[in-house]
Amino acid sequence: MSDLTPQDVEHIANLARLSLTPEEKDRYRQQLSAILEYAARLQTLDTSDIPPTSSVLPPRSVLRPDEPGPCLTPGDLASNAPDWEADQFRVPPILD
Amino acid sequence: MSDLTELTLPQTLHALREGEFTSLELTRAYLARIERLEPDLHAFITLAAEQALEQARLADRRLQPNRRGAKTPLPPLTGLPVAIKDVLCVQGLPCTAGSRMLENYIPPFNATVVERLLAAGVIILGKTNTDEFAMGSSTENSAYGVTRNPWDPQRVPGGSSGGSAAAVAARLAPVALGTDTGGSVRQPASFCGVTGIKPTYGRVSRYGLIAYGSSLDVVGVLGHSAAEVAMLYRLIAGHDLRDATTLDLPVDEPFPSVSDHSSLKTLRIGVPDEYFIQGIQPAVEAAVRQAIQVFQNDLHIEVLPVSLPHTEYALPVYYLLAPAEASANLARFDGIRYGPRLPAEALWDVYCQTRGEKFGPEVKRRIMLGTYALSAGYYDAYYAQAQKVRTLIRRDFERAFEQVDLIAAPIAPTTAFRIGEHGDDPLAMYLEDVFTLPANLAGVPGLAFPVGFDPQGLPVGMQLMGRHYQEPLLFQAAHAYQQITAWHLQSPAV
Repeated sequence: MSDLTPQDVEHIANLARLSLTPEEKDRYRQQLSAILEYAARLQTLDTSDIPPTSSVLPPRSVLRPDEPGPCLTPGDLASNAPDWEADQFRVPPILD
Repeated sequence: MSDLTELTLPQTLHALREGEFTSLELTRAYLARIERLEPDLHAFITLAAEQALEQARLADRRLQPNRRGAKTPLPPLTGLPVAIKDVLCVQGLPCTAGSRMLENYIPPFNATVVERLLAAGVIILGKTNTDEFAMGSSTENSAYGVTRNPWDPQRVPGGSSGGSAAAVAARLAPVALGTDTGGSVRQPASFCGVTGIKPTYGRVSRYGLIAYGSSLDVVGVLGHSAAEVAMLYRLIAGHDLRDATTLDLPVDEPFPSVSDHSSLKTLRIGVPDEYFIQGIQPAVEAAVRQAIQVFQNDLHIEVLPVSLPHTEYALPVYYLLAPAEASANLARFDGIRYGPRLPAEALWDVYCQTRGEKFGPEVKRRIMLGTYALSAGYYDAYYAQAQKVRTLIRRDFERAFEQVDLIAAPIAPTTAFRIGEHGDDPLAMYLEDVFTLPANLAGVPGLAFPVGFDPQGLPVGMQLMGRHYQEPLLFQAAHAYQQITAWHLQSPAV
Protein backbone atom coordinates (compact mmCIF):
# COMPACT_ATOMS: atom_id res chain seq x y z
CA MET A 1 0.00 0.00 0.00
CA SER A 2 1.20 3.45 -0.80
CA ASP A 3 1.78 6.28 1.61
CA LEU A 4 -1.10 8.35 2.93
CA THR A 5 -1.74 11.61 1.11
CA PRO A 6 -2.45 14.95 2.81
CA GLN A 7 -6.06 14.49 1.66
CA ASP A 8 -6.24 11.10 3.43
CA VAL A 9 -5.05 12.70 6.66
CA GLU A 10 -7.56 15.51 6.28
CA HIS A 11 -10.33 12.97 5.73
CA ILE A 12 -9.40 10.82 8.77
CA ALA A 13 -9.05 13.86 11.05
CA ASN A 14 -12.48 14.97 9.93
CA LEU A 15 -13.99 11.54 10.62
CA ALA A 16 -12.32 11.52 14.05
CA ARG A 17 -13.43 15.09 14.85
CA LEU A 18 -9.87 16.23 15.49
CA SER A 19 -8.66 19.66 14.55
CA LEU A 20 -4.96 19.33 13.79
CA THR A 21 -2.24 21.89 13.09
CA PRO A 22 -0.41 21.73 9.73
CA GLU A 23 2.65 20.33 11.54
CA GLU A 24 0.57 17.61 13.18
CA LYS A 25 -0.99 16.66 9.86
CA ASP A 26 2.40 16.30 8.25
CA ARG A 27 3.85 14.32 11.16
CA TYR A 28 0.87 11.97 11.38
CA ARG A 29 0.96 11.43 7.61
CA GLN A 30 4.54 10.19 7.87
CA GLN A 31 4.10 8.20 11.07
CA LEU A 32 0.83 6.54 10.09
CA SER A 33 2.33 5.63 6.71
CA ALA A 34 5.25 3.91 8.46
CA ILE A 35 2.94 2.04 10.86
CA LEU A 36 0.63 0.94 8.04
CA GLU A 37 3.61 -0.23 6.02
CA TYR A 38 4.65 -2.36 9.00
CA ALA A 39 1.08 -3.67 9.33
CA ALA A 40 1.06 -4.65 5.66
CA ARG A 41 2.78 -7.91 6.64
CA LEU A 42 -0.65 -9.13 7.74
CA GLN A 43 -1.63 -9.23 4.07
CA THR A 44 0.89 -12.03 3.48
CA LEU A 45 -1.20 -14.47 5.54
CA ASP A 46 -3.93 -16.47 3.85
CA THR A 47 -6.99 -16.01 6.04
CA SER A 48 -9.68 -16.98 3.55
CA ASP A 49 -10.92 -19.81 5.82
CA ILE A 50 -10.31 -18.07 9.13
CA PRO A 51 -13.20 -16.53 11.07
CA PRO A 52 -12.55 -13.18 12.73
CA THR A 53 -12.15 -12.83 16.51
CA SER A 54 -14.09 -9.89 17.87
CA SER A 55 -14.10 -11.28 21.39
CA VAL A 56 -12.23 -14.12 23.07
CA LEU A 57 -15.30 -14.93 25.16
CA PRO A 58 -17.67 -17.69 24.12
CA PRO A 59 -20.68 -16.18 22.31
CA ARG A 60 -23.55 -15.94 24.77
CA SER A 61 -26.54 -13.86 25.73
CA VAL A 62 -26.07 -11.73 28.80
CA LEU A 63 -29.35 -10.97 30.55
CA ARG A 64 -30.23 -9.46 33.88
CA PRO A 65 -33.51 -8.79 35.66
CA ASP A 66 -35.07 -5.56 34.42
CA GLU A 67 -35.35 -3.94 37.82
CA PRO A 68 -34.85 -0.30 38.74
CA GLY A 69 -31.84 0.37 40.94
CA PRO A 70 -29.86 3.32 42.21
CA CYS A 71 -28.43 5.55 39.50
CA LEU A 72 -26.64 8.88 39.20
CA THR A 73 -28.62 12.01 39.99
CA PRO A 74 -28.80 15.10 37.76
CA GLY A 75 -26.64 16.80 40.38
CA ASP A 76 -23.95 14.14 39.91
CA LEU A 77 -23.93 14.81 36.19
CA ALA A 78 -23.95 18.59 36.59
CA SER A 79 -20.84 18.46 38.76
CA ASN A 80 -18.65 17.58 35.76
CA ALA A 81 -20.56 19.35 32.98
CA PRO A 82 -18.82 22.24 31.24
CA ASP A 83 -22.17 23.98 30.67
CA TRP A 84 -25.36 23.01 32.52
CA GLU A 85 -28.74 24.67 32.77
CA ALA A 86 -32.12 23.53 34.06
CA ASP A 87 -30.97 19.91 34.49
CA GLN A 88 -29.66 19.75 30.92
CA PHE A 89 -26.35 19.98 29.09
CA ARG A 90 -26.17 23.27 27.20
CA VAL A 91 -24.53 23.13 23.75
CA PRO A 92 -23.95 25.63 20.93
CA PRO A 93 -26.40 25.60 18.01
CA ILE A 94 -26.35 22.42 15.93
CA LEU A 95 -27.96 24.10 12.91
CA ASP A 96 -27.76 27.74 11.83
CA MET B 1 9.61 -1.39 64.42
CA SER B 2 11.96 0.65 62.22
CA ASP B 3 10.01 1.22 59.02
CA LEU B 4 6.46 -0.03 58.65
CA THR B 5 6.70 0.19 54.86
CA GLU B 6 9.25 -2.64 54.82
CA LEU B 7 6.86 -5.29 56.11
CA THR B 8 5.26 -7.92 53.91
CA LEU B 9 1.52 -7.81 53.36
CA PRO B 10 0.75 -10.72 55.73
CA GLN B 11 3.03 -9.18 58.40
CA THR B 12 1.28 -5.82 58.00
CA LEU B 13 -2.23 -7.27 58.22
CA HIS B 14 -1.29 -9.41 61.21
CA ALA B 15 0.27 -6.48 63.03
CA LEU B 16 -2.80 -4.30 62.41
CA ARG B 17 -5.04 -6.98 63.91
CA GLU B 18 -2.80 -7.55 66.89
CA GLY B 19 -2.55 -3.84 67.56
CA GLU B 20 1.23 -3.68 67.09
CA PHE B 21 0.56 -0.43 65.26
CA THR B 22 -2.53 1.38 64.03
CA SER B 23 -3.72 1.93 60.50
CA LEU B 24 -3.18 5.64 61.12
CA GLU B 25 0.49 5.01 61.95
CA LEU B 26 0.86 2.78 58.93
CA THR B 27 -0.83 5.26 56.60
CA ARG B 28 1.32 8.07 57.99
CA ALA B 29 4.44 5.95 57.35
CA TYR B 30 3.49 5.54 53.68
CA LEU B 31 2.52 9.21 53.33
CA ALA B 32 5.83 10.25 54.88
CA ARG B 33 7.72 8.07 52.42
CA ILE B 34 5.66 9.50 49.56
CA GLU B 35 6.42 13.02 50.74
CA ARG B 36 10.12 12.23 50.74
CA LEU B 37 10.39 10.34 47.44
CA GLU B 38 7.54 11.62 45.30
CA PRO B 39 9.37 14.79 44.15
CA ASP B 40 12.01 12.53 42.52
CA LEU B 41 9.77 9.72 41.28
CA HIS B 42 6.41 11.31 40.45
CA ALA B 43 4.51 8.05 40.76
CA PHE B 44 1.20 9.77 41.58
CA ILE B 45 -1.04 12.17 39.71
CA THR B 46 -3.30 12.79 42.71
CA LEU B 47 -2.50 12.22 46.37
CA ALA B 48 -5.38 11.75 48.78
CA ALA B 49 -3.53 12.26 52.07
CA GLU B 50 -6.40 13.76 54.05
CA GLN B 51 -9.00 11.26 52.92
CA ALA B 52 -6.51 8.45 53.55
CA LEU B 53 -5.91 9.60 57.13
CA GLU B 54 -9.67 9.86 57.67
CA GLN B 55 -10.18 6.34 56.26
CA ALA B 56 -7.36 5.08 58.50
CA ARG B 57 -9.03 6.53 61.61
CA LEU B 58 -12.25 4.76 60.65
CA ALA B 59 -10.36 1.51 60.11
CA ASP B 60 -8.77 1.84 63.53
CA ARG B 61 -12.19 2.23 65.11
CA ARG B 62 -13.15 -1.10 63.59
CA LEU B 63 -9.86 -2.73 64.53
CA GLN B 64 -9.92 -1.58 68.15
CA PRO B 65 -12.55 -3.97 69.56
CA ASN B 66 -10.55 -6.80 68.00
CA ARG B 67 -7.44 -5.77 69.84
CA ARG B 68 -9.34 -5.90 73.11
CA GLY B 69 -10.11 -9.54 72.46
CA ALA B 70 -13.52 -9.37 70.77
CA LYS B 71 -12.57 -11.28 67.63
CA THR B 72 -15.32 -10.07 65.35
CA PRO B 73 -14.83 -10.94 61.70
CA LEU B 74 -13.35 -7.95 59.91
CA PRO B 75 -12.93 -7.39 56.18
CA PRO B 76 -9.63 -9.04 55.13
CA LEU B 77 -7.66 -5.88 54.27
CA THR B 78 -8.96 -3.58 57.02
CA GLY B 79 -6.58 -0.66 57.42
CA LEU B 80 -4.28 -1.48 54.49
CA PRO B 81 -3.19 1.45 52.26
CA VAL B 82 -3.23 0.87 48.48
CA ALA B 83 -2.66 2.92 45.32
CA ILE B 84 -5.01 3.00 42.31
CA LYS B 85 -4.05 3.64 38.68
CA ASP B 86 -5.61 6.88 37.50
CA VAL B 87 -7.83 5.27 34.87
CA LEU B 88 -10.02 3.66 37.56
CA CYS B 89 -12.77 5.77 39.10
CA VAL B 90 -12.66 6.50 42.82
CA GLN B 91 -15.65 8.51 43.94
CA GLY B 92 -14.69 12.05 44.92
CA LEU B 93 -11.08 11.89 43.70
CA PRO B 94 -10.03 13.34 40.33
CA CYS B 95 -9.67 10.72 37.59
CA THR B 96 -7.53 12.18 34.82
CA ALA B 97 -6.52 9.08 32.83
CA GLY B 98 -3.25 10.97 32.39
CA SER B 99 -5.05 13.38 30.04
CA ARG B 100 -5.80 17.09 29.93
CA MET B 101 -9.17 15.97 28.57
CA LEU B 102 -10.18 14.85 32.08
CA GLU B 103 -8.16 17.35 34.07
CA ASN B 104 -11.03 18.33 36.36
CA TYR B 105 -13.15 15.20 36.13
CA ILE B 106 -14.29 13.93 39.53
CA PRO B 107 -16.22 10.68 39.13
CA PRO B 108 -19.47 10.47 41.12
CA PHE B 109 -19.08 6.70 41.49
CA ASN B 110 -16.54 3.97 42.23
CA ALA B 111 -15.20 1.40 39.79
CA THR B 112 -16.33 -2.10 40.81
CA VAL B 113 -12.74 -3.11 41.63
CA VAL B 114 -12.41 -0.04 43.86
CA GLU B 115 -15.77 -0.79 45.48
CA ARG B 116 -14.60 -4.34 46.21
CA LEU B 117 -11.28 -3.22 47.68
CA LEU B 118 -13.03 -0.61 49.84
CA ALA B 119 -15.43 -3.29 51.04
CA ALA B 120 -12.34 -5.34 51.93
CA GLY B 121 -11.23 -2.45 54.14
CA VAL B 122 -8.48 -0.67 52.17
CA ILE B 123 -7.32 2.93 52.42
CA ILE B 124 -6.66 4.75 49.17
CA LEU B 125 -3.42 6.74 49.19
CA GLY B 126 -3.86 8.24 45.74
CA LYS B 127 -4.10 7.81 41.98
CA THR B 128 -1.00 6.68 40.14
CA ASN B 129 0.50 8.03 36.94
CA THR B 130 -0.26 6.46 33.58
CA ASP B 131 0.31 7.07 29.92
CA GLU B 132 -2.62 9.11 28.60
CA PHE B 133 -5.69 6.83 28.43
CA ALA B 134 -3.28 3.92 29.13
CA MET B 135 -1.72 4.32 25.66
CA GLY B 136 1.99 3.84 26.06
CA SER B 137 4.84 1.76 27.42
CA SER B 138 6.74 4.30 29.53
CA THR B 139 4.42 6.90 31.20
CA GLU B 140 6.10 9.43 28.89
CA ASN B 141 2.68 9.96 27.30
CA SER B 142 1.16 11.21 30.56
CA ALA B 143 0.03 14.84 30.31
CA TYR B 144 1.23 15.23 33.92
CA GLY B 145 4.89 14.32 33.43
CA VAL B 146 6.91 11.12 33.36
CA THR B 147 7.33 8.76 36.32
CA ARG B 148 10.94 7.84 37.07
CA ASN B 149 12.14 4.31 37.60
CA PRO B 150 13.15 3.84 41.27
CA TRP B 151 16.10 1.68 40.12
CA ASP B 152 17.47 4.48 37.92
CA PRO B 153 15.75 7.87 37.76
CA GLN B 154 17.07 8.46 34.24
CA ARG B 155 14.93 5.56 33.03
CA VAL B 156 11.24 4.96 32.50
CA PRO B 157 9.25 2.71 34.85
CA GLY B 158 7.49 1.10 31.88
CA GLY B 159 3.86 1.68 31.13
CA SER B 160 1.15 2.31 31.07
CA SER B 161 0.78 1.31 34.76
CA GLY B 162 4.22 2.83 35.41
CA GLY B 163 3.05 4.91 38.38
CA SER B 164 1.66 1.84 40.13
CA ALA B 165 4.81 -0.22 39.43
CA ALA B 166 7.15 2.55 40.61
CA ALA B 167 5.01 3.16 43.72
CA VAL B 168 5.17 -0.53 44.69
CA ALA B 169 8.90 -0.85 43.88
CA ALA B 170 9.78 2.25 45.95
CA ARG B 171 7.40 1.16 48.74
CA LEU B 172 5.20 4.21 48.41
CA ALA B 173 2.33 1.70 48.56
CA PRO B 174 2.37 -1.99 49.48
CA VAL B 175 0.15 -2.95 46.53
CA ALA B 176 -1.50 -1.16 43.62
CA LEU B 177 -4.08 -1.69 40.92
CA GLY B 178 -3.09 -1.40 37.27
CA THR B 179 -4.64 -2.25 33.93
CA ASP B 180 -3.28 -4.34 31.05
CA THR B 181 -4.51 -3.88 27.48
CA GLY B 182 -1.28 -4.81 25.70
CA GLY B 183 1.15 -5.42 28.56
CA SER B 184 0.52 -2.41 30.80
CA VAL B 185 0.76 -4.37 34.07
CA ARG B 186 3.44 -6.89 33.10
CA GLN B 187 5.94 -4.63 31.34
CA PRO B 188 6.15 -2.00 34.13
CA ALA B 189 6.26 -4.84 36.69
CA SER B 190 9.27 -6.18 34.79
CA PHE B 191 10.97 -2.76 34.49
CA CYS B 192 10.47 -2.03 38.22
CA GLY B 193 11.22 -5.51 39.60
CA VAL B 194 7.78 -6.27 41.04
CA THR B 195 5.13 -8.97 40.56
CA GLY B 196 2.00 -8.24 38.52
CA ILE B 197 -1.00 -10.19 37.27
CA LYS B 198 -2.83 -9.63 33.99
CA PRO B 199 -5.94 -11.73 34.61
CA THR B 200 -7.95 -13.67 32.05
CA TYR B 201 -10.08 -11.39 29.86
CA GLY B 202 -13.53 -11.17 31.46
CA ARG B 203 -12.33 -12.28 34.91
CA VAL B 204 -12.28 -8.82 36.50
CA SER B 205 -14.92 -6.12 36.08
CA ARG B 206 -14.07 -3.02 34.04
CA TYR B 207 -17.05 -1.02 35.30
CA GLY B 208 -15.58 2.36 36.19
CA LEU B 209 -12.42 1.80 34.14
CA ILE B 210 -11.95 4.43 31.46
CA ALA B 211 -12.12 2.23 28.38
CA TYR B 212 -9.25 1.97 25.89
CA GLY B 213 -9.47 -1.28 23.88
CA SER B 214 -12.59 -3.02 25.11
CA SER B 215 -11.88 -6.48 23.68
CA LEU B 216 -8.49 -6.40 25.46
CA ASP B 217 -8.71 -4.28 28.64
CA VAL B 218 -8.37 -6.03 31.98
CA VAL B 219 -7.69 -4.79 35.52
CA GLY B 220 -4.73 -6.30 37.37
CA VAL B 221 -2.70 -6.05 40.57
CA LEU B 222 0.96 -5.18 41.27
CA GLY B 223 2.73 -6.17 44.48
CA HIS B 224 5.90 -7.63 45.93
CA SER B 225 5.19 -11.33 45.50
CA ALA B 226 2.85 -13.78 43.83
CA ALA B 227 1.26 -14.50 47.22
CA GLU B 228 0.52 -10.82 47.87
CA VAL B 229 -0.81 -10.17 44.37
CA ALA B 230 -3.04 -13.25 44.69
CA MET B 231 -4.57 -11.86 47.90
CA LEU B 232 -5.91 -8.82 46.05
CA TYR B 233 -6.69 -10.63 42.81
CA ARG B 234 -9.14 -12.98 44.50
CA LEU B 235 -10.97 -10.00 46.03
CA ILE B 236 -11.43 -8.09 42.76
CA ALA B 237 -12.11 -11.05 40.44
CA GLY B 238 -15.54 -12.38 39.64
CA HIS B 239 -18.87 -11.66 38.01
CA ASP B 240 -20.28 -8.13 37.93
CA LEU B 241 -23.73 -7.29 36.60
CA ARG B 242 -22.37 -3.90 35.53
CA ASP B 243 -19.79 -5.41 33.14
CA ALA B 244 -21.44 -7.86 30.76
CA THR B 245 -18.08 -9.29 29.69
CA THR B 246 -17.37 -10.64 33.19
CA LEU B 247 -17.94 -14.35 33.36
CA ASP B 248 -20.63 -15.77 35.55
CA LEU B 249 -18.11 -18.27 36.85
CA PRO B 250 -17.35 -18.17 40.56
CA VAL B 251 -13.82 -17.53 41.76
CA ASP B 252 -12.81 -20.67 43.68
CA GLU B 253 -13.78 -20.48 47.32
CA PRO B 254 -11.66 -21.18 49.21
CA PHE B 255 -9.19 -19.70 46.76
CA PRO B 256 -6.46 -22.30 46.08
CA SER B 257 -3.56 -21.62 48.40
CA VAL B 258 -0.43 -20.33 46.66
CA SER B 259 1.55 -22.74 48.81
CA ASP B 260 -0.37 -25.76 47.55
CA HIS B 261 2.27 -27.21 45.26
CA SER B 262 0.64 -30.58 44.71
CA SER B 263 -0.46 -29.67 41.19
CA LEU B 264 3.05 -28.54 40.27
CA LYS B 265 4.39 -32.12 40.26
CA THR B 266 2.59 -33.02 37.06
CA LEU B 267 2.99 -29.61 35.49
CA ARG B 268 4.51 -29.01 32.08
CA ILE B 269 5.98 -25.65 31.13
CA GLY B 270 6.40 -24.73 27.48
CA VAL B 271 9.08 -22.40 26.19
CA PRO B 272 8.27 -20.77 22.83
CA ASP B 273 11.22 -20.21 20.50
CA GLU B 274 9.41 -17.26 18.95
CA TYR B 275 9.99 -15.26 22.14
CA PHE B 276 13.77 -15.54 21.96
CA ILE B 277 14.31 -13.50 18.85
CA GLN B 278 17.22 -11.48 17.58
CA GLY B 279 17.32 -8.12 19.25
CA ILE B 280 16.51 -9.41 22.70
CA GLN B 281 19.01 -8.04 25.22
CA PRO B 282 21.42 -10.87 26.15
CA ALA B 283 20.98 -10.25 29.90
CA VAL B 284 17.19 -10.57 29.51
CA GLU B 285 17.48 -13.86 27.67
CA ALA B 286 20.05 -15.18 30.17
CA ALA B 287 17.94 -14.31 33.23
CA VAL B 288 14.76 -15.80 31.75
CA ARG B 289 16.53 -19.00 30.67
CA GLN B 290 18.09 -19.30 34.11
CA ALA B 291 14.68 -18.96 35.76
CA ILE B 292 13.33 -21.68 33.47
CA GLN B 293 16.25 -23.85 34.68
CA VAL B 294 15.13 -23.26 38.27
CA PHE B 295 11.65 -24.51 37.40
CA GLN B 296 13.17 -27.55 35.72
CA ASN B 297 16.06 -28.46 38.02
CA ASP B 298 14.95 -27.23 41.45
CA LEU B 299 11.18 -27.49 41.23
CA HIS B 300 11.30 -30.63 39.04
CA ILE B 301 8.78 -29.31 36.55
CA GLU B 302 8.96 -30.72 33.05
CA VAL B 303 10.05 -28.08 30.54
CA LEU B 304 9.61 -28.56 26.79
CA PRO B 305 9.71 -26.42 23.68
CA VAL B 306 6.43 -25.21 22.19
CA SER B 307 5.69 -23.13 19.13
CA LEU B 308 3.50 -20.04 18.84
CA PRO B 309 4.13 -19.50 15.13
CA HIS B 310 2.07 -16.32 14.67
CA THR B 311 3.78 -14.39 17.47
CA GLU B 312 5.38 -11.90 15.07
CA TYR B 313 1.96 -10.85 13.83
CA ALA B 314 0.67 -9.88 17.28
CA LEU B 315 2.20 -6.43 17.01
CA PRO B 316 0.50 -5.32 13.78
CA VAL B 317 -2.76 -7.00 14.87
CA TYR B 318 -2.76 -5.18 18.18
CA TYR B 319 -1.80 -1.82 16.69
CA LEU B 320 -4.78 -1.99 14.36
CA LEU B 321 -7.40 -3.46 16.72
CA ALA B 322 -6.61 -1.50 19.89
CA PRO B 323 -6.56 1.89 18.09
CA ALA B 324 -9.75 0.97 16.23
CA GLU B 325 -11.49 0.22 19.53
CA ALA B 326 -9.94 3.32 21.09
CA SER B 327 -11.20 5.54 18.28
CA ALA B 328 -14.74 4.42 19.17
CA ASN B 329 -14.26 4.51 22.97
CA LEU B 330 -12.73 7.97 22.94
CA ALA B 331 -15.50 9.44 20.80
CA ARG B 332 -17.30 10.22 24.08
CA PHE B 333 -14.72 12.87 24.96
CA ASP B 334 -16.20 15.77 23.02
CA GLY B 335 -16.49 18.59 25.54
CA ILE B 336 -20.22 18.16 26.12
CA ARG B 337 -20.82 16.11 29.26
CA TYR B 338 -17.54 16.32 31.13
CA GLY B 339 -14.07 17.72 30.81
CA PRO B 340 -13.10 21.07 29.40
CA ARG B 341 -14.87 22.63 26.43
CA LEU B 342 -13.20 25.00 23.99
CA PRO B 343 -15.49 27.87 23.02
CA ALA B 344 -16.70 27.87 19.41
CA GLU B 345 -19.68 29.13 17.46
CA ALA B 346 -20.85 25.78 16.14
CA LEU B 347 -21.13 22.41 17.81
CA TRP B 348 -18.92 20.73 15.20
CA ASP B 349 -16.10 23.13 16.02
CA VAL B 350 -16.54 22.51 19.75
CA TYR B 351 -15.93 18.82 19.14
CA CYS B 352 -12.94 19.24 16.83
CA GLN B 353 -11.20 21.98 18.77
CA THR B 354 -11.73 20.45 22.21
CA ARG B 355 -10.43 17.08 21.01
CA GLY B 356 -7.59 18.56 18.95
CA GLU B 357 -6.44 20.67 21.90
CA LYS B 358 -6.97 18.36 24.88
CA PHE B 359 -5.82 14.97 23.56
CA GLY B 360 -2.06 14.42 23.57
CA PRO B 361 0.05 13.34 20.55
CA GLU B 362 -0.06 9.56 21.11
CA VAL B 363 -3.81 9.51 21.74
CA LYS B 364 -4.46 11.51 18.58
CA ARG B 365 -2.11 9.22 16.67
CA ARG B 366 -4.01 6.12 17.78
CA ILE B 367 -7.40 7.68 17.15
CA MET B 368 -6.25 8.58 13.62
CA LEU B 369 -4.82 5.10 13.05
CA GLY B 370 -7.94 3.37 14.35
CA THR B 371 -10.28 5.62 12.43
CA TYR B 372 -8.36 4.84 9.25
CA ALA B 373 -8.43 1.07 9.90
CA LEU B 374 -12.22 1.25 10.30
CA SER B 375 -12.92 3.64 7.44
CA ALA B 376 -14.74 2.74 4.24
CA GLY B 377 -12.37 1.17 1.72
CA TYR B 378 -9.76 0.11 4.30
CA TYR B 379 -11.87 -1.87 6.78
CA ASP B 380 -11.33 -5.26 5.10
CA ALA B 381 -7.63 -4.82 4.46
CA TYR B 382 -6.80 -3.67 7.97
CA TYR B 383 -9.44 -4.17 10.66
CA ALA B 384 -11.08 -7.34 9.34
CA GLN B 385 -7.75 -8.92 8.42
CA ALA B 386 -6.36 -8.13 11.87
CA GLN B 387 -9.37 -9.82 13.49
CA LYS B 388 -8.73 -12.94 11.42
CA VAL B 389 -5.05 -13.05 12.30
CA ARG B 390 -6.12 -12.62 15.92
CA THR B 391 -7.89 -15.98 15.51
CA LEU B 392 -4.60 -17.54 14.34
CA ILE B 393 -2.85 -16.17 17.42
CA ARG B 394 -5.57 -17.59 19.70
CA ARG B 395 -5.26 -20.97 18.00
CA ASP B 396 -1.49 -20.94 18.58
CA PHE B 397 -2.19 -20.75 22.31
CA GLU B 398 -4.95 -23.37 22.19
CA ARG B 399 -2.57 -25.82 20.48
CA ALA B 400 0.28 -25.05 22.84
CA PHE B 401 -1.97 -25.55 25.87
CA GLU B 402 -2.82 -29.03 24.60
CA GLN B 403 0.84 -29.90 25.23
CA VAL B 404 1.71 -27.79 28.26
CA ASP B 405 0.00 -26.15 31.26
CA LEU B 406 2.04 -22.96 31.38
CA ILE B 407 4.12 -20.97 28.92
CA ALA B 408 7.26 -19.21 30.15
CA ALA B 409 8.57 -16.22 28.22
CA PRO B 410 10.34 -12.88 28.52
CA ILE B 411 8.14 -9.80 29.03
CA ALA B 412 10.07 -7.22 27.04
CA PRO B 413 13.13 -7.45 24.78
CA THR B 414 15.03 -5.04 27.02
CA THR B 415 15.23 -3.78 30.59
CA ALA B 416 14.01 -0.23 31.38
CA PHE B 417 15.05 2.19 28.64
CA ARG B 418 16.13 5.80 29.08
CA ILE B 419 13.57 8.59 29.27
CA GLY B 420 13.36 10.09 25.79
CA GLU B 421 15.18 7.16 24.16
CA HIS B 422 12.43 6.47 21.63
CA GLY B 423 11.85 10.17 20.95
CA ASP B 424 9.21 10.70 18.33
CA ASP B 425 9.43 7.23 16.80
CA PRO B 426 6.14 5.51 17.68
CA LEU B 427 6.98 2.26 15.90
CA ALA B 428 10.19 1.82 17.96
CA MET B 429 8.10 2.31 21.11
CA TYR B 430 5.46 -0.17 19.95
CA LEU B 431 8.16 -2.82 19.47
CA GLU B 432 8.67 -2.79 23.26
CA ASP B 433 5.29 -4.57 23.51
CA VAL B 434 6.10 -7.48 21.21
CA PHE B 435 6.08 -10.17 23.96
CA THR B 436 3.12 -8.94 25.99
CA LEU B 437 0.53 -8.38 23.23
CA PRO B 438 -0.17 -12.04 22.38
CA ALA B 439 -1.66 -12.81 25.83
CA ASN B 440 -4.08 -9.90 25.46
CA LEU B 441 -5.09 -10.93 21.96
CA ALA B 442 -5.73 -14.51 23.16
CA GLY B 443 -7.32 -13.36 26.43
CA VAL B 444 -5.11 -15.65 28.52
CA PRO B 445 -3.77 -14.70 31.97
CA GLY B 446 -0.14 -13.69 32.46
CA LEU B 447 1.87 -13.27 35.64
CA ALA B 448 5.04 -11.16 35.63
CA PHE B 449 7.71 -11.57 38.29
CA PRO B 450 11.37 -10.61 38.70
CA VAL B 451 14.04 -13.17 37.74
CA GLY B 452 17.30 -11.23 37.77
CA PHE B 453 19.19 -8.07 36.91
CA ASP B 454 21.10 -6.81 33.89
CA PRO B 455 24.71 -5.57 34.19
CA GLN B 456 23.43 -2.03 34.91
CA GLY B 457 21.52 -3.36 37.91
CA LEU B 458 18.10 -3.02 36.27
CA PRO B 459 15.47 -5.68 37.01
CA VAL B 460 14.57 -8.37 34.48
CA GLY B 461 11.12 -9.96 34.59
CA MET B 462 9.59 -13.12 33.20
CA GLN B 463 5.99 -14.03 32.51
CA LEU B 464 4.08 -17.24 32.94
CA MET B 465 0.97 -17.50 30.78
CA GLY B 466 -1.77 -20.04 31.37
CA ARG B 467 -5.10 -21.29 30.12
CA HIS B 468 -8.14 -19.11 30.66
CA TYR B 469 -9.12 -18.89 34.38
CA GLN B 470 -5.93 -20.64 35.52
CA GLU B 471 -4.69 -17.71 37.60
CA PRO B 472 -4.36 -19.90 40.74
CA LEU B 473 -1.87 -22.14 38.92
CA LEU B 474 0.17 -19.11 37.81
CA PHE B 475 0.31 -17.87 41.41
CA GLN B 476 1.30 -21.32 42.73
CA ALA B 477 4.11 -21.76 40.19
CA ALA B 478 5.50 -18.25 40.75
CA HIS B 479 5.16 -18.65 44.52
CA ALA B 480 7.14 -21.91 44.39
CA TYR B 481 9.85 -20.04 42.44
CA GLN B 482 9.82 -17.15 44.93
CA GLN B 483 10.17 -19.58 47.84
CA ILE B 484 13.60 -20.65 46.59
CA THR B 485 14.83 -17.41 44.98
CA ALA B 486 15.24 -13.87 46.31
CA TRP B 487 14.84 -11.64 43.24
CA HIS B 488 11.43 -10.41 44.40
CA LEU B 489 12.92 -9.36 47.75
CA GLN B 490 15.38 -6.89 46.19
CA SER B 491 14.58 -3.22 46.64
CA PRO B 492 15.93 -0.16 44.83
CA ALA B 493 18.21 2.09 46.87
CA VAL B 494 15.90 5.09 47.08
